[in-house]
Amino acid sequence: MAVTLSTLTERRNLWPWLLLAPLAVYLALFFLVPLAEVAIMSVTEPRPGLANYEKVLTGSLYRKVFLNTFATAALVTVCCLLVGYPLAYLMNATTQRRAMMILLLITMSFWTSFLVRTYAWMVLLGNNGPVIWLLETIGFEDPPGILFTRFSSTLAMVHILAPYMIMNIYSVMQKIDRSLIRSAESMGAYGLSLFRHVYLPLTAPGIANGSVLVFVICLGFYVTPVLLGSPREQMAAGLIGHQIEEFLAFGLGSAMAIVLLVVTLIVLAIYSRRFGLDKLYG
Amino acid sequence: MNPYLQLSGVNKTFGDFTALDRIDLDIEQGEFVTFLGPSGSGKTTTLMIIAGFEDATRGAITIGGHSLAGLAPQERNIGIVFQNYALFPHKTAAENVYFPLQMRGVKKAAGLAKAEEMLDLVGLKGFAHRYPKELSGGQQQRVALARALVFEPDLLLLDEPLGALDKNLREQMQIEIKRIQKRLGVTTIFVTHDQTEAMSMSDRIVVFSDGNIEQAGAPLDIYHRPSTRFVADFIGESNLLDAVVTDAEARVAECPALGSVVFGAEGQPPVVDGQEVALLIRPEHLKLSRDPKEGRMNAKMVIDTIVNYGDNALVIGHRGDTQIRVRVPGADVVILKEGEECHFSWTEDAAFVLDR
Ligand SMILES: Nc1ncnc2c1ncn2[C@@H]1O[C@H](COP(=O)(O)OP(=O)(O)OP(=O)(O)O)[C@@H](O)[C@H]1O
Ligand SMILES: [Mg+2]
Repeated sequence: MAVTLSTLTERRNLWPWLLLAPLAVYLALFFLVPLAEVAIMSVTEPRPGLANYEKVLTGSLYRKVFLNTFATAALVTVCCLLVGYPLAYLMNATTQRRAMMILLLITMSFWTSFLVRTYAWMVLLGNNGPVIWLLETIGFEDPPGILFTRFSSTLAMVHILAPYMIMNIYSVMQKIDRSLIRSAESMGAYGLSLFRHVYLPLTAPGIANGSVLVFVICLGFYVTPVLLGSPREQMAAGLIGHQIEEFLAFGLGSAMAIVLLVVTLIVLAIYSRRFGLDKLYG
Repeated sequence: MNPYLQLSGVNKTFGDFTALDRIDLDIEQGEFVTFLGPSGSGKTTTLMIIAGFEDATRGAITIGGHSLAGLAPQERNIGIVFQNYALFPHKTAAENVYFPLQMRGVKKAAGLAKAEEMLDLVGLKGFAHRYPKELSGGQQQRVALARALVFEPDLLLLDEPLGALDKNLREQMQIEIKRIQKRLGVTTIFVTHDQTEAMSMSDRIVVFSDGNIEQAGAPLDIYHRPSTRFVADFIGESNLLDAVVTDAEARVAECPALGSVVFGAEGQPPVVDGQEVALLIRPEHLKLSRDPKEGRMNAKMVIDTIVNYGDNALVIGHRGDTQIRVRVPGADVVILKEGEECHFSWTEDAAFVLDR
């Protein structure tokens, strides 16, 4: 009896792992193995040693690119938050139907391919595009080029990443108990102080989750900054691609990739250590 | 003198559904009033209208002679304890209690000191720095109570605050809430659908049914002199028997189940000859015995079920088609057997009539 019981529970415990197996194999083959190759390449190409890392960590070009990557990711995160928070609030405040409509509009961009979206921005912001035309029409003489600037790449990245922010914040807002807000009101909390003391802290987990997600995705962005951004303000992923495609510097590119990965992991670690807000709210 | 809190003709509809039909209620300053009624009878809706979270479709509410019309919830100075406590998870117990003071511009040092004082009063000395999730249900309840009282509200509203607690804790909190309410003298409305809770805590019970007030009165008044069948049934156990008044003068009614019965209880409504009434005899006013009892009205019944509660028991039997419920002291149960025939008896002043 005891034996069958324990084998039963063991078998039950095995099930989830069995279900995970295909994914685990897939990840191992197509993610971990190549990643290991990249790591090996970074210390063997073109000759064994840590020369690549030395270059990446001390070279001023590389430092500038990494700093720029962080600054851009931070900027995009803040912009996503500024755009996303009010939208999430609106979705939460309005009727279910309208919320679904807004959600549809927001996620619409997910249905189009990444490249198409990026090229759409090129058309919109290009020198013969409607935005420049509009600026000229309302009286700008010789408006500055918008495409291939930090502005255009940031705009496009915010457009792509904002849904992640919105969904994270919206899902937290939806779960806020109405009686919390009502009790705050009954105790005399109005608009701004209600927001600052009650609503904002209650939505903080959504803000934190959304921000980390957007920030981390943004750190590794490739296509958008390469196609829309300024060539003088490259981001890390773009530079890695550049190194490998243009200069065939596999070792150097790999070293940069590893550094970027480690930095991203550090960000995630700090987040889960310091801002494990889920824990606090239980 | 005018009542402190007055609801007159309050009506509330949601679409074409009438949640509150017509609520008229006066409450004196310092009174502890309980709203009692089945689920969906409109207790919470009434509370939310008083608090300002819902607008009455018709009717008026005044506190201390001032109309509440057009006042936002923030301006009403009413303390509320919600069923799920609604404590802010990101604030400690003391910060939670300080919150209403903070909203009133009280400085942090003074406010937190006051908050800790209040926490002391509700029996939470030393818990000031705990977060809500670090407190038990009963402790969270106390924090919510302290928070609703710390700003000296004109009115305290509690919506089934003890619903989530186990029986022992419930009884402890009932006593505690009553003690604090007495001490502060705050006018209080307490919602529950537990009738024993209503009985033990209230100065006055307001019985709700289907968006109307069925009866309002002191607990014992309502228990002994219910004005409708619904109230008699809802509050306490009851034997409700159909009868017809045969002699209004001598207060005699003919009851198919028991024969001729004198209804001699105090405070009964006026009746006329031939009126169809319901006869109420509470189970604890009936006595069981092997032989008829001298000086009491007697009848026979067959025992069907005995439900034992330890200190007392409920004996359910039948006489003809009529079910009879008798409450007997626990010690008497041993001599009773299911299936046996026995006598039950009552006195004239135990029988009470009400409109059928
Ligand atoms: N916002 C609303 N829209 C539509 N109907 C509502 C709304 N709020 C309450 N009602 C209805 O009004 C009636 C009274 O509800 P209320 O919450 O006041 O009952 P209650 O006496 O507090 O019941 P309970 O003991 O279950 O809490 C119910 O039938 C409920 O469905
Ligand atoms: Mg209710």
